[in-house]
Amino acid sequence: MSREDSLVTVQWVEDNLDTPGIVLIEVDEDTSAYDKGHIRGAIKLDWSADLQDQVRRDFLNKTQFEALLSARGVSNDDTVVLYGGNNNWFAAYAYWYFTLYGHRDVKLMDGGRKRWELDSRELTDELPVRAATTYVASDQDTSIRAFRDEVVAAIGVQNIVDVRSPDEYAGRLLAPAHLPQEQAQRAGHIPTSVNVPWSKNANDDGTFKSDADLTKLYDEVGFDQDKDTIALCRIGERSSLTWFVLDQLLGHKNVKNYDGSWTEYGALVGVPIVLGDEPGQAEEA
Amino acid sequence: MCGATEGGLSLDGVNVAKEAVIQGQVTRVVDGQTEPVPNAYVRLLDATGEFTAEVPTSASGHFRFFAGNGEWTLRTLAPKADPVDRTVQAAVGSVAEVAIAV
Repeated sequence: MSREDSLVTVQWVEDNLDTPGIVLIEVDEDTSAYDKGHIRGAIKLDWSADLQDQVRRDFLNKTQFEALLSARGVSNDDTVVLYGGNNNWFAAYAYWYFTLYGHRDVKLMDGGRKRWELDSRELTDELPVRAATTYVASDQDTSIRAFRDEVVAAIGVQNIVDVRSPDEYAGRLLAPAHLPQEQAQRAGHIPTSVNVPWSKNANDDGTFKSDADLTKLYDEVGFDQDKDTIALCRIGERSSLTWFVLDQLLGHKNVKNYDGSWTEYGALVGVPIVLGDEPGQAEEA
Repeated sequence: MCGATEGGLSLDGVNVAKEAVIQGQVTRVVDGQTEPVPNAYVRLLDATGEFTAEVPTSASGHFRFFAGNGEWTLRTLAPKADPVDRTVQAAVGSVAEVAIAV
């Protein structure tokens, strides 16, 4: 993968609003953002109501995902272009999710909703009508999804990139600062994990930094290109964006997103945790 | 409630005694009138200048963060305006109100 395969500009999107075979999908942390105005023709996926199992803590299974995309009128052959707020945080999560289920052609709109809005480009409240399809998903590609046991096993062995803000990493905050802080899990980070806040991947306007700047960013924390990598955050959304950068933009091999992330790890009984700004050491077995 | 909803956004269900709230409103002057800016983005930077969170403003131009004790910077991006930085002190159990003109 490369930047050309996985990113499109806001101008490209504006130029292709009427091109058949392209489906724009808005996925926002603020799930009401779409209803206040969206790019013409875009449909909405709600990361919480649409993309999560509503009983257990997991994603939709293959059958549920097929039913969702079929009902929303997305075809296997469509080019899916995702965008959202907050540097494409949740749009990147949807990108990873579509990739997990094997969608062939999926792209992010660079800069997301913010870049579009800061350009004063047009938003509409008109809802598009899309005919239902018969979407067929692949089995989950677990080569990009990490589970808790492999995360514990990766301590001191793989690159573990914790993409939360420095205060969350150190244990001074338990959630991003626009969310209430009271949480059940312990604060801190996984021993040997390095902190590269997800926001460092993007410019202020939400567009991604250049490949050279991104490479430098990870080199500076001692990212080892010969090792496999696991990215985590609090609930697996911000780390989807880092997965996107490492895997799709920079082309690193064997990068996984740990969607359980800190809300799972910090609630596990008996696993090691480090407090403070330093990565810390792996414990002796 | 603890009377902390000065900024206009509901704090229902949030125990503000345990939170260091930073909130406020983004406005701009249009034809001599001060108007809220509903399509701005407010970024919260920590004491080292590192990005911590970002929110879009509400229909009434309001925003809110739950931070920690200490000094923070609010960087506001709005269409057709230069970014505006404002520093603010936050403390658990209190609400820091910030008015931002772009």
